[in-house]
Amino acid sequence: MTNFVNSLGIILFATLVYSTPLLYGALGSCFSEVSGVVNIGIEGMMTAGAFTGTVVAYFTGNPWIGFLCGGLAGAFFGMLHAVATVNLGADQTIAGTAINMLGPGIVIMLAKVLFNSTDTIPLSASQKMPKLFAGTFDTSTVFGRFMDNVFATYASTYLVFVAVLIVWFVFYKTRFGLRLRACGEHPQACETLGINVIAMRFACVCISGFLSGLGGACVTMALSTQFRPISIVGQGFIAIAAVIFGKFRPQGALLGCLLFGFCSGLKVVLGGSSGVNMHLISMIPYVVTVIVLVLFVGKSRVPAANGKPYIKAK
Amino acid sequence: MTKKKGFLDLISENRFIHILLSILLGFVVGAIFLAVMGLSVGAAYGRLINSVTSLKGFSYVVVYAVPYIVAGLSVAFSFKTGVFNIGAEGQFVVGSMAAVVTSIFGASLPKPLLIPLCFLAAMAAGAIWGVIVGVLKTKWGINEVLSMIMFNWIAFYLSNFIAGIPAIKNEGTAEATKNIADNASLLFSKDFIKSTGLAPTANWGFIAAIVATVLIWFIIEKTTLGYELKAVGSNKFAAEYGGISVNRSILTALAISGALAGLAGALQVMGMGKRISIFTSQEGFGFAGIVVALIGCSNPFGVLAAGMFYGALMYGGSKLNLEGVPTQLINVIVGTVVFFIAISVIFANLKRLKGRAAVKKSDAKEEKK
Amino acid sequence: MAKQYVDMNTPVIEMRNIVKRFGDFVANDGINLTVHKGEIHAILGENGAGKSTLMNQLYGLLKPTSGDILVNGKKIEMNNPRDAIDAGIGMVHQHFMLVQPFTVTENIVLGTEPQKGIKLDMATARKNVVEISERYGLSIDPDAKIEDISVGMQQRVEILKALYRGADILILDEPTSSLTPQEITELIAIMHNLVKDGKSIIIITHKLKEIKESADFCTIIRMGKYIDTVDVEKVDENDLASMMVGRKVTFKVDKPEQKPGDVVLDVKDLHCLDYRGIEIVKGLNLQVRRGEIVGIAGIDGNGQTELVEVITGLRKGTKGEVLVNGTDVFNKSPAFGFQHGVSSIPADRQKHGLVLDFSIEDNLILQNYEKQPFSKKSVLQREPIFAHASQSIEKYDIRPSGSEKRPAGTLSGGNQQKVIIAREVQNDKDLLIAVNPTRGLDVGAIEYVHKYIIDQRNKGKAVLLVSFELDEIMSLSDIIDVIFDGRIVASIPGAEANENELGLMMAGGGKKA
Repeated sequence: MTNFVNSLGIILFATLVYSTPLLYGALGSCFSEVSGVVNIGIEGMMTAGAFTGTVVAYFTGNPWIGFLCGGLAGAFFGMLHAVATVNLGADQTIAGTAINMLGPGIVIMLAKVLFNSTDTIPLSASQKMPKLFAGTFDTSTVFGRFMDNVFATYASTYLVFVAVLIVWFVFYKTRFGLRLRACGEHPQACETLGINVIAMRFACVCISGFLSGLGGACVTMALSTQFRPISIVGQGFIAIAAVIFGKFRPQGALLGCLLFGFCSGLKVVLGGSSGVNMHLISMIPYVVTVIVLVLFVGKSRVPAANGKPYIKAK
Repeated sequence: MTKKKGFLDLISENRFIHILLSILLGFVVGAIFLAVMGLSVGAAYGRLINSVTSLKGFSYVVVYAVPYIVAGLSVAFSFKTGVFNIGAEGQFVVGSMAAVVTSIFGASLPKPLLIPLCFLAAMAAGAIWGVIVGVLKTKWGINEVLSMIMFNWIAFYLSNFIAGIPAIKNEGTAEATKNIADNASLLFSKDFIKSTGLAPTANWGFIAAIVATVLIWFIIEKTTLGYELKAVGSNKFAAEYGGISVNRSILTALAISGALAGLAGALQVMGMGKRISIFTSQEGFGFAGIVVALIGCSNPFGVLAAGMFYGALMYGGSKLNLEGVPTQLINVIVGTVVFFIAISVIFANLKRLKGRAAVKKSDAKEEKK
Repeated sequence: MAKQYVDMNTPVIEMRNIVKRFGDFVANDGINLTVHKGEIHAILGENGAGKSTLMNQLYGLLKPTSGDILVNGKKIEMNNPRDAIDAGIGMVHQHFMLVQPFTVTENIVLGTEPQKGIKLDMATARKNVVEISERYGLSIDPDAKIEDISVGMQQRVEILKALYRGADILILDEPTSSLTPQEITELIAIMHNLVKDGKSIIIITHKLKEIKESADFCTIIRMGKYIDTVDVEKVDENDLASMMVGRKVTFKVDKPEQKPGDVVLDVKDLHCLDYRGIEIVKGLNLQVRRGEIVGIAGIDGNGQTELVEVITGLRKGTKGEVLVNGTDVFNKSPAFGFQHGVSSIPADRQKHGLVLDFSIEDNLILQNYEKQPFSKKSVLQREPIFAHASQSIEKYDIRPSGSEKRPAGTLSGGNQQKVIIAREVQNDKDLLIAVNPTRGLDVGAIEYVHKYIIDQRNKGKAVLLVSFELDEIMSLSDIIDVIFDGRIVASIPGAEANENELGLMMAGGGKKA
């Protein structure tokens, strides 16, 4: 029983920690896709955020400034994507592919130049994201240890759940959100009502980059303690998958990310104890996602104008 | 008409020129990065050019290019038929593993039998990987981009799992499969390589790449199958109205695209790779295929050229650290090239910016919307 | 009407010498328009004459190349719709500008949403919407989603959108194109209510009868040029028509008497669901015989679209039989139906009729690419394909000539339709289904399409015509079947049909069958 509670605690901890970066990326993806711009460049934006966050934290010693700068770096690449797709009407998939090459290319090159040919940037404990509620719980009891495992976790994790709430509120309860969703469904209708579609989409793609950058930063500043070229390996794509899974709603993406994080957590626990092959266990999150899709989710309704460049008449 | 105007007309209308301009701008942006970082542009680009222009260097380029070309064909074919095969990565991985496994179990077979067998196994594996996604899409309506991302990772871990099975694993090291059987190797004979001074990994794979290019071009441009797939790709509603089965076409397109990616995997491992290591991160051949297809405008012969270009950059890039330049410079250059290809509409508008020539009527129609 | 509300001393809109160029194409060439307070002003012109371009400039969606726009006597620079909205102008577009998954209220307030702090105030929004809809007698359901309401209600939502923004000048772009006669009468009543209230209305249309019934003045535009502004009371429909087209037009379609032959299409007790999974065709029976045109009259959304989709194999039905020359094609593939005698001119030519990226020659072989001589052993034979296209382009007058290799997307709408007609007629099948075959075409192209449909009938083919243009149904059909709520509710010989009676039945009244 004790073991079970411990394991459960560890699984939940891992679920939260693994979901966090995905969730930032997924919220970012929501902003872009729901406003009508396909953004497969989340991965590149996350890498940029991971690097910038780590480097800034390394030099300033302040994880929060690092975290914020990670977001801004993502926003910069978001802006590039926005200029190409929103202002110049570029093919959104091609532009996103370019971002996925440019983001990692630029930052790893910078890393090598800044850190004398090594591309690994380590962070000390004080440069890392702080843990909230560390030491709050009495770890000598089973229940206390469970609570410590689950809740004594990184500030970035708490923050992302607040972010989900905020994004949900923005999407469904504010003027900006109503217009944002309308832009992804029927940009011409928005234009005839005096809504500036170009500006809306531009803003959304930049926000998308910002959130993705934050997601990247929490990979290197919370989940692990260093930046490496392979820090971001596919999280951006998983985030996109979570959004499609969640039918382009922030609350749906939350479910997708948690499912994925939970499977990853399961992997951590099982990988340690059972005799099952590591690689097969690692496959679980992906297989489960496909199965859940087939059994419960099915078709996802894509915003009507998603992927279609909006070209304003002159 | 002045001479200058003619030149602008050429820039505006020619897709090929857009690509060349994008490539040029890629190198310009790369140079700017180098300069900002205090690295020598001349040394870096000099090394890049020198390393690929010797006979040996060029043979390396061809060796590097083969899997990129075939992976690029896979993605290009999918683009032509209206699917975005972001799953080429996974199909490549299962293809190369199928080739290795086949060669290990068929090691005693003669070369003329084993090589085609390995190719077939790889193509079948890639095709199956593609068709699974197709079935998920046509039967349950599951977004193909989503399931391809999942199947890329499933392939990744499956490959790692198989690489660890005792019958496959290399006994010496724990990190890779056994080498492919000699009879499945595409390498030129040692004597030939020695006498010509080619790269030690120089191999016959380029023949397969050229054959695949011509074949795919023929299918797309000349056959009823190509007609069907293109019709579904550009307007599935009209295709269905015209009596073409959309679901069957999607499955066929994914099978062919997957088979090509699988073949690319086989060519890589039977040519220069020899064995498959346990991956720590995705190898990126499939993603490179996307880039190659984009630079090649999804035209098979364009892909052939783009694959060579990409291979040259990748091989040349691997020599950059000799000059103290990070190899990631290549990603910056290629990323910039793709970025400019995405916004190549700006080249088409150069003319309009100049404010000289009249805009075509077709453009006017666009604007009227 | 008698201009009873028009205040001739108060011009609200003056457009002076408006020129609009797209590259070297002149869409508007010096157009003048004056609209007074309380006036209903029609703008008449063929498709492509430049009516919508003119109105898009008044609404700030396009900028004039030259010319002035005055609103209430003041010159105004229209940079975007916001400026137009602020100047009191509202526009109802032909293709409704409604966000499908949003509610009626959300659509109406979008862009000028009431807020409480940073939060949307949907309660107030809803209250305002209900209030304004009651004031103008435009009944709507504020909480329904657009995708669930009728076309008529969608149009009322569009009008409310403009009124909600305080519009005094309303632009209605082809407002009657998908309404029943009764709904049109209702709309005209609404328009009269609005001008009584001091509003002004500009109505874009090519329907002469509606101009006579509703407008005070009419401005005619032809090929981008200003022709004249006339007092509607002083002209008749024929005058308007010849000003619009620039020549005399006859509306009569010549159709020889002919005895119908065997039954070709026999639909029995057909049921099917719409895209939401709700039953929309509910036990429909229908017959079409050789040498006759059966017209389906009905309001959009009563199952006619789905009926055609089931017959052509694009949609699976839940129950029933579809016999073509005795073979059941129910729930078979489109290819099977085609083999057994079904050809069709689809409603949406760009979506279903053509592959716009394909060349004309490739579009012309869409169902036959696998057959000799167009392909041999799965390899396309370019020479016969080209020859087939050349011959079709000449015979069917597809313009420009020599366009065999041009993408279909570069042709005008009328010529795209000619490509489809050339293909379907040459397929020489026993059954031809035509859905809204003249939508968006100009007068010349309409005459052309009608001629080919009647030709097919005269040659002994069975023709099923589905159209939302009641005039078209009435002038072409030998038999008119009225569809309502997924069933054929009446079947009347074309010669005996009367517009009001049909309209009543289309709306579910006066059941006969």
